[in-house]
Amino acid sequence: MGWGGAGEGLRLTFVLVLAFDTATPAVTAALHDGDYVVAESTTVDARRHGELLAPAIEQVLRDSGVRLRDVTAIVAGTGPGPYTGLRVGLMTATALATTIGAPAFGVCTLDAIAYATGQTGQTGEIDGPFLVATDARRKEVFWARYGDAVTRLDGPRVDRPDDLPPDLPVVGAGARMYAETIGADRVAGPEHPSAGALAALAAGRLAGLTVEEAAELAEMPDGRIDSVEKARELGVLGPPRPIYLRRPDAQIPGAPKRVTA
Amino acid sequence: MSRTDEPIVLGIETSCDETGVGIVRGHTLLANTIASSMDEHARFGGVVPEVASRAHLEAMAPTVEGALAAAGLRLSDVDAVAVTAGPGLAGALLVGVAAAKAYAMGLGVPLYGVNHLAAHVAVDQLEHGPLPKPAIALLVSGGHSSLLLVPDVAQDVVSLGSTVDDAAGEAFDKVARVLGLPFPGGPYIDRAAREGSGTAVAFPRGKYDDGTLDFSFSGLKTAVARWVEAREAAGEPVSVADVAASFQEAVVDVLTRKALQACARYDVKDLLIGGGVAANSRLRVLAQERCDAAGVRLRVPRPGLCTDNGAMVAALGANLVAAGVDPSSLDIPADSSLPITTVHV
Ligand SMILES: [Zn+2]
Repeated sequence: MGWGGAGEGLRLTFVLVLAFDTATPAVTAALHDGDYVVAESTTVDARRHGELLAPAIEQVLRDSGVRLRDVTAIVAGTGPGPYTGLRVGLMTATALATTIGAPAFGVCTLDAIAYATGQTGQTGEIDGPFLVATDARRKEVFWARYGDAVTRLDGPRVDRPDDLPPDLPVVGAGARMYAETIGADRVAGPEHPSAGALAALAAGRLAGLTVEEAAELAEMPDGRIDSVEKARELGVLGPPRPIYLRRPDAQIPGAPKRVTA
Repeated sequence: MSRTDEPIVLGIETSCDETGVGIVRGHTLLANTIASSMDEHARFGGVVPEVASRAHLEAMAPTVEGALAAAGLRLSDVDAVAVTAGPGLAGALLVGVAAAKAYAMGLGVPLYGVNHLAAHVAVDQLEHGPLPKPAIALLVSGGHSSLLLVPDVAQDVVSLGSTVDDAAGEAFDKVARVLGLPFPGGPYIDRAAREGSGTAVAFPRGKYDDGTLDFSFSGLKTAVARWVEAREAAGEPVSVADVAASFQEAVVDVLTRKALQACARYDVKDLLIGGGVAANSRLRVLAQERCDAAGVRLRVPRPGLCTDNGAMVAALGANLVAAGVDPSSLDIPADSSLPITTVHV
């Protein structure tokens, strides 16, 4: 059992987190048992999120010897990211959670990338403030500013790479794509999110929560986080809803075009 | 399987703007719940794919919940999940396919990715019982206009013809705009046409006598616009009712003519009409007249089953289960241009 007994104020005694992210070219899934990432699968293929995710989830369950119904929380990256792929992860999280009666949470994908920079042994461990940037297409990046690996200070936002705040190291695929614009010496940390980092981040947060707090978080709207205190207070878990940052492209039509000259 | 030996199939449809979730037991309809994002598209004069995809993601879980409540079932009662794998809007299809895979995986039940057009045919079984084999199907909507020969809806569907340009429903939308009527145009033109004469203007019938079973509505749409512009330029009044009725007559004349040509050519005595345009009142009347004259039986599901919905997907899923077809794997893609010859993926 994931939720520790009955009654109010009880803490989660045991977490088994299934996490995945489809907000970037990487399709990544992982299972975390509260202490460690037990299994992880990552494939980079920007065009096949819909095909790769469900088999990846089956793979990590098989590799970890965990039955889906024993999972205590499902966590999906909420982006920002190109929408078509992003929705695959969030739709999967919502539907899967319903079938097993577990809560589904969302975590900002940029937070998961940031979190990976603070894990010892990870490539590109960073000390001090930095930016995370991912590909937003149309010559723009999705980005956020961090005080450290677990503290988002600004963002997520979408901007042109030359409008990013100067000087700080930049983590993620957006940094690599626009290395010439931002300066190659600023490129740091991992390129893509890993579901292992996403799961670890969520598991750490979930372990400290009461059942009531967890339930409330799953419905928390994604607001602007503008201070270290607020970031710490809110944590990183939210509802599994997409962060789009752009309106759909659509024009309200004028009068019908004439067919006669 | 639950309670009876007939499987309970959950059907998911997201090929366009409707988030449709249907539940059937065999071919008994238990629920047909739809969330539409049409209101969000109306001001754009057409379905905006990204708006539709966003709405599907929001609406899916509540719509599934609503369908289960309507059917008096729990998710764990579901024996199989069917989903539209194509054709349709790529991003919209992907939301439904992702949901269906997750429901199937989470419940540990088989998944069936199905063809949207075949589902439009299969849905009639929910209302009129088993399909005659073979049947001719005329599918007309904002997204498709097809004539099909259906020897067996679970296994074998043959395309006889389709539109070479605009879908029939698309022509209704475009002509509605020319006449200053709202989107989607079909119901407004149907209503306006009741006050007008179908013979007031002799609009062209594309591909009427070309010997094929294909359609063309682009020329008709342009002819209507040209006619209206010419009257306006001359300062003459335009009777919206007469133009609507004459345009509608041209469309349904061609549709029913080709459908009955198909019946004659393949010696089939059953015609089925489906898709959103099947709700058009003049199409129903003229199709019945021409079927009666030709000794062909006509089947048209009620309007709620003609427009895109989840029950049609569930109905086809039930055929696939009954036929012992292998379930789809969890890595099936959403295929925006899935050919009709591929009934299931
Ligand atoms: Zn349709």
